[in-house]
Amino acid sequence: MIAVKKVILDILKPHQPNALEFSRTIAEAGVDYRVRLTVVEMDENTESVQVEVLGNSIDFEAVQSAITSMGGSLHSVDLVEVQSEPDMD
Amino acid sequence: MSLLQHTRFHLRITGSHHILRRYFVVNGFDGALTMLGLIIGFLLSSSTSLTVIINVCLGAAIALGMSGISSAYISETAERKRALGKLEEAMVTDLQDSAHADAARRVPLLIALVNGFAPLGISLLILTPLWMSNIGISLPIPPLYAAIVIALLLIFLLGVFLGRIAGISWLRSGIQTLFVAVVTATLIYLLAGL
Repeated sequence: MIAVKKVILDILKPHQPNALEFSRTIAEAGVDYRVRLTVVEMDENTESVQVEVLGNSIDFEAVQSAITSMGGSLHSVDLVEVQSEPDMD
Repeated sequence: MSLLQHTRFHLRITGSHHILRRYFVVNGFDGALTMLGLIIGFLLSSSTSLTVIINVCLGAAIALGMSGISSAYISETAERKRALGKLEEAMVTDLQDSAHADAARRVPLLIALVNGFAPLGISLLILTPLWMSNIGISLPIPPLYAAIVIALLLIFLLGVFLGRIAGISWLRSGIQTLFVAVVTATLIYLLAGL
């Protein structure tokens, strides 16, 4: 099984929800996610942010869905770290 | 997320907290002053049965409530749609599946309810002594005077609320709104006899 351990995403988001709420919602997409958000650029209505998500097995679809639900738009996946793990069964 | 948390979140992302507060105070004040005016008008008129007074005031209160709900819903829906459109333009993406679109649908409804129930609720509180007297509960002062006292008290409290929001003296703010009520009452006394 291949587990995604880390992703760095380039996202365009509205100012609201703010960085804290945005990161929190992404973190809620998994049980052990650690999220680090950096604001890269600010515009009148939007901001570009770099989001780093760390977890044992990141569900990328769930992360993407959390981003969309907050009005964010995923521009690019800038870094991915995956690991091959032996199947438990 | 609970319904309350959801509502708070929607208000936060649309920046509608202050609109909600403003509508509550403005329309609550409308309701209180309208009831005050009607009751003073009845006091100055030849004696009218309490049932008639209650029906007239209740009719005005319901009309204020319905007007508040419908006007706020129509205007806020338009405002929210416009804001969502501008945000979609800035984001260059469709936000229909986002919390922003959800908020654009729900927030106008909430604002409309507050805008409608503020004058209705305040009016009903002011009418309480009239109802009590109508069903035979004796009051220490005549029901119309009791209603005026409640109206003045609620107007003062709306001022206190505004003062606390603005971070200024609550007493001063309360007296300011009370002053408006006193001026209104004086005008009615002066002009009703003409």
